[in-house]
Amino acid sequence: MSVLIFIDHADGHIKKSSHEAISYGTKLATQLNTTAEGILLGTVQDDLAALGKYGVTKIHQVANEQLNNLDAQIYTQVLAEAIQTIKADICIFSHNALGKAVAPRLSAKLKAGLVAGAVALPDTSNGFVVKKSVFSGKAFAYVKINTAIKIISLNPNAFHVTEVGGTATIEALSIAVPSSNIKLIKTEKVTGEVPLSEAETVVSGGRGLKGPENWGLIEDLAHALGAATACSRPVADAHWRPHHEHVGQTGLAIAPNLYIAIGISGAIQHLAGVNRSKVIVVINKDAEAPFFKAADYGIVGDLFEIVPKLTAAVKKLKGMV
Amino acid sequence: MKVLVCVSKTPDTTAKITFTNNDTQLAEAGVQYIVNPYDEWYALVRAIELKEKDASIVLHLVTVGEADAEPIIRKALALGGDEVIRVNTTSTDSFYIASQIAAIAEQGEYDIIFTGKETIDYNGSSVGGMIAELLNMPYIALATKFELNGTTAIVTREIEGGEITEEINLPLVVSAQKGMAEQRIPNMRGIMAARTKPLKVVEPISTEPLTSIEKFELPPAKAGVKLVSSDNVEELVRLLHEEAKAI
Repeated sequence: MSVLIFIDHADGHIKKSSHEAISYGTKLATQLNTTAEGILLGTVQDDLAALGKYGVTKIHQVANEQLNNLDAQIYTQVLAEAIQTIKADICIFSHNALGKAVAPRLSAKLKAGLVAGAVALPDTSNGFVVKKSVFSGKAFAYVKINTAIKIISLNPNAFHVTEVGGTATIEALSIAVPSSNIKLIKTEKVTGEVPLSEAETVVSGGRGLKGPENWGLIEDLAHALGAATACSRPVADAHWRPHHEHVGQTGLAIAPNLYIAIGISGAIQHLAGVNRSKVIVVINKDAEAPFFKAADYGIVGDLFEIVPKLTAAVKKLKGMV
Repeated sequence: MKVLVCVSKTPDTTAKITFTNNDTQLAEAGVQYIVNPYDEWYALVRAIELKEKDASIVLHLVTVGEADAEPIIRKALALGGDEVIRVNTTSTDSFYIASQIAAIAEQGEYDIIFTGKETIDYNGSSVGGMIAELLNMPYIALATKFELNGTTAIVTREIEGGEITEEINLPLVVSAQKGMAEQRIPNMRGIMAARTKPLKVVEPISTEPLTSIEKFELPPAKAGVKLVSSDNVEELVRLLHEEAKAI
């Protein structure tokens, strides 16, 4: 038995979610008394050997630049061959854009059971059972994988990254890469902002903000906290904010360490997207807002008075003023 | 051109989730069911829009489930589409479901297969990718825009912190999410028409699931909110820093 950890990258840099996957995969290998190795498809600027600090000792690299653009079909072929060559039987992905495209394909190709959206290490005392988030954060399921090869995709921010020190050796893996039929037209990046799905802290605004012209309040607080910004569904539907910032049942589900909801009442559909956040702060003028029932900390009052004070207090704490 | 939209029955977004039978099954009493919002609002509505532009498009819906799914799936059909195919079986894991849909898709020779980006019950985001692999087709996950240009699709999909637009030849599988289309409410004419549209029931192919659910668990209840006075915002920052260690 050995564990293979898929290392995801964009623009030459390793993603934070891959640090989590490496920590998870190496802990799982220790639990099973086996080895964990990484695999990276494509090329990066980052120092791969430095990923050893998260516990991985060897990283296989298929250093073909074509692989810097995702084609899920080709990725699946390459990974299936790699798994066979390396003789891995557990494969770890992040449950992110790439993991959602590739892990299910690989599962179908290898007839390998997949748990998508894992939140904890597997229980291997009797079979192989993985805890995952279900019903949009309202519950968990314990899913047993009944196949020899097993695939897990790990929810972002669900597993704590630990640094154990060390460096990894990089081994070139030679696998033929067929040419892709997908033609890239353009890439649009929201620059200078923290990607919402990976953010440790999220500041989110709702209808209570009264209009897009007031969004500076949310942005100032987010900036002071180094946080990503988000919004509720009515705000996205009214085009006050772009759709990709909508968190909730039909938008993005996130699980940051800290979620600050400002002027959001907390309908059950909104909670479904944020209820896995570790700490929830609610600021709302209505003391009866259902969000307070799901919150850890709250302030009842006028957000237009409270938020600037909060931003100032955060800046003071962080020595920014 | 033939388009297939995969639709699933899920508990309503507002449903309170509890479990029964030693926490191995969803307690269905009092739970209302709906068409999975990602399947309906984004995948199906976008497919209907394509058909509105090009009336020659044949639009089929497919669902994997028991007969109790039929009234719910009829609601999807009230929005549009020519026919529903129901694979008559208990849906187990995503591989089992994908295998059933792939078998239907293979027979029907569809050019585009749409799924929602995930179902709001099992949140796997897995069925679309599995169908694509079983059919050896390309797969674009988490699409926010989809345009057709003859037999070429121009698809925009979400990545961390941005979007990518790609051009790709049909046939393909696409999972749809917010941005693809706007939610529609079925009108009376659609509802009446849906009653008489064909609903074909087919028997499942023989295949084994790869995973099984051992049990469910509810998250621990929150301890209760700690309220801070609006005159003392600095106290909130102190609590978040010292007590919650969140900033």
